[in-house]
Amino acid sequence: MLGERSLGRLIRDKGRKGRRGYTLPKPDVDKTDLEQVLPQKSLRKEKPGLPEVDEPTAIRHYTNLSRKNWGIDTNFYPLGSCTMKHNPRANEAAAAVPGFASLHPLQPEKGAQGALRVMHELQGFLSEVSGLPAVSLQPMAGAQGELTSILMVKRYFEDAGDEGRTTVLVPSTAHGTNPATASMADFKSVEVGLDEHGCVDVDELRALVDETTAALMITNPNTCGVYERNIAKIAEVLHEKGAFLYMDGANMNANLGRMRPADAAVDIMHFNLHKTFSTPHGGGGPGSGAIACSEVLAPFRPDPVVEKEGELYRFVCPEKTIGRMSTFHGNFGVVLKAWNYIKMHGPELRDVTDMAVLNANYVRARLRGAYRIPYDELCKHEVVVQPPKGKKALDIAKGLIDHGYHPPTVYFPLVVKEAMLIEPTETESKETLDDFVGAMLELAESGQEELEEAPTQAPTRRLDETRAARQLKARW
Amino acid sequence: MARFTPHTEADIQEMLEAIGVETLDDLFADVSPKFEDPLDLSPTLSEYEALRDVEARAGENVSGMPIFLGAGAYDRITPSSIGAIISRGEFLTSYTPYQPEVSQGHLQAIFEFQSVISELTGLDVANASVYEGANAVAEAALMTARLTKRDPKVAVSAGLNPRYREVVETYGVEVVELPFDGGTTDFAAVPDDVSGVFVQSPNFFGVVEDIEAASEAAHVVDALCVAVCDPISLSVLEAPGNLGADIAVGEAQPLGMPLLFGGPYAGYMATHEKFVRQLPGRIAGETVDQDGKLAYVLTLRGREQDIRRAKANSNICTNQAVTALAATVYAALMGPEGLREVAELSISKAHYLADRLQDAGLKLSYPEAPFLWEFAVEMPDVDRVNDALLHNSIVGGLDLGDGTMLVAVTEKRTREELDALVEVVANAG
Repeated sequence: MLGERSLGRLIRDKGRKGRRGYTLPKPDVDKTDLEQVLPQKSLRKEKPGLPEVDEPTAIRHYTNLSRKNWGIDTNFYPLGSCTMKHNPRANEAAAAVPGFASLHPLQPEKGAQGALRVMHELQGFLSEVSGLPAVSLQPMAGAQGELTSILMVKRYFEDAGDEGRTTVLVPSTAHGTNPATASMADFKSVEVGLDEHGCVDVDELRALVDETTAALMITNPNTCGVYERNIAKIAEVLHEKGAFLYMDGANMNANLGRMRPADAAVDIMHFNLHKTFSTPHGGGGPGSGAIACSEVLAPFRPDPVVEKEGELYRFVCPEKTIGRMSTFHGNFGVVLKAWNYIKMHGPELRDVTDMAVLNANYVRARLRGAYRIPYDELCKHEVVVQPPKGKKALDIAKGLIDHGYHPPTVYFPLVVKEAMLIEPTETESKETLDDFVGAMLELAESGQEELEEAPTQAPTRRLDETRAARQLKARW
Repeated sequence: MARFTPHTEADIQEMLEAIGVETLDDLFADVSPKFEDPLDLSPTLSEYEALRDVEARAGENVSGMPIFLGAGAYDRITPSSIGAIISRGEFLTSYTPYQPEVSQGHLQAIFEFQSVISELTGLDVANASVYEGANAVAEAALMTARLTKRDPKVAVSAGLNPRYREVVETYGVEVVELPFDGGTTDFAAVPDDVSGVFVQSPNFFGVVEDIEAASEAAHVVDALCVAVCDPISLSVLEAPGNLGADIAVGEAQPLGMPLLFGGPYAGYMATHEKFVRQLPGRIAGETVDQDGKLAYVLTLRGREQDIRRAKANSNICTNQAVTALAATVYAALMGPEGLREVAELSISKAHYLADRLQDAGLKLSYPEAPFLWEFAVEMPDVDRVNDALLHNSIVGGLDLGDGTMLVAVTEKRTREELDALVEVVANAG
């Protein structure tokens, strides 16, 4: 039955042997006989089972697929900790300029001065926003920015001959990538609990930090949307024992021009250029996880960084580098878009943060009463709420889909039961927020049966996720 | 007011009132230490002014010339349809498909990407992509350690792109070097404690390697064989899965992604189904919804960081969904025949160029080795030759620093361009 229904569904099923979707230039040299120049046994015997479709069919297929997908362009998308703000099309226009789009990464520096200058300027912008003097644009996603940072910390201690640093501390509110990163860098991750405000418990931290501690990975504001008000104290506790304070910059949209990590003695941090600086998320990538750090950690940055020598921009390998994190120079296209976005804002970046924080607090104020708000004090760019008792976050989330809203992040942070993490971002109007709140209030009152049915208006109903895992089918 | 924010002063006042504070500053009462100066950034620009700057910077790059650089990124033809599809807002402005009911577009596209990679590599299952080629190689190295329960230690030769090797080392994997002679790797003496044996084919110097020999050598010491393959080459070369490779990885950039100074590209990874739990990254799988309708969803999530945290098999969160989509659309438009034609055109042109260079008295570094579209050629002063080429509006090959130039030829190069290169090289040499 499934087979019948699926007929014609995948691109491969829409083709016919012999159809082609693209015409290549005619050969202008003699054809090389592969059997003459390659070993017989290296030649492919059976051709790969790829689609054989014409261009109109391909365009229609993927256009129709796109219509089964929601993006910021189509729907309000208040996904907490992901900063789904409007993606200005000027960014896309910048990356399409042929002088960049067709630039080979191994082009000698003198033939790529424009690209190096963009990188150098963005390094400067990120330095200004963070207050940290040194930047690397190599990491290709937030998680890789985390790994880069923790590897730099590790290499610092190796270089200093300090061999006993085996532990990385991670608050219980942390993104899953934080402990996973610590493991990947061969550290043991140890969880730190929270105080009554949802912030790192400084007393507990003090008890945990010792000469085996390499770093604390803090997110500020944290994943409850609460500002870590003791961050400077936390840095002090770590520094007293020679450990570093790393800041996960996923939530930098709450800090621009209002708080500089360096002022709180943060040693190293990563940015998510695809979140804070509006380069699109693209359905889960590409991103960029650029890092910024103190002078002490600067020599350990990945290879290469861009420096200006006289009038020339050059790639330079930091003295004690951890090595490369990517084949070339990170996700340059994303770097270019973030550079463009920052230039369109300049010092007005602070307004971005102000409006993002205004919107989140407005949603918090409007939902109060109907939803439980575990940390009902000033929030920053996002707010965590809980459904009325007896209702599930998942059901409310699916119900929101029927109202035309992408659900918030649910069941995260883990420390809040039935968490719904709402991040409206600065690019949404009051009307949109009011309508969203209206839907939320309605869902809070909805009957359980009705909620469990949702969604009924989306391209599919709820899915059988167990089946997908038990009877794995991950290809045609 | 922020550029892309709709609020009027009246909106702001109403919202502040609803919140119960008086000023925007009050919203940051809990922030300490505060930053109170204006950010020292370049002045705010309009879109028009910003894009004028983009054009000015682009003008400082060398562009619009034939390119003979390869070494991991290739100047290939990209069909216009790809841009039209990947710039659709529904794809471009969405997030990781955590809510499958409203993400079926990306989920099916990922499923199709996985299918394309599985078909090309001859392996059961592929992931949704990782950041790029070097990271796919590094993740594969870590994967071999988990699967063999050995310390991460891999055998590679000079045939592996040196930058891939550097990333593998950054990821904390020990690397042992295999002998490399005459353009190919000697797999006869693989140490018995390695977790993986890597074979890149075509290798860094463009030469086709013996993946079967690498697999046999790996399996003798109970290690796994990882093949690193250019996906275009798999239209003409035997699938690594049919040659005994346990894992195939590589750079998907040649499948329709612009050069864009090194990224974003996409790394691909494929393996046997029995190893799938150690495959990092997202995987889309087929299932049904509650009405029995076929649909797709992210699956085997127990491998991943947001579920398993410190015990996840990698910290990877995002894949490269949009660039992987570009690769999928490319593969669909080309089909098996088109992909083969791309490979054959490139091979024919590269061999034409190699022959002409040899006619002009130059020597290939590995004259006996079978190559596809990239080859190393001896040149005492590569720098001078490249300057002369640039003077003639040609971007020359990669200076390997040992008196050789690595030259890549794609289907984009015309005979006229190839002849022009030979002429300049012959005169400058």
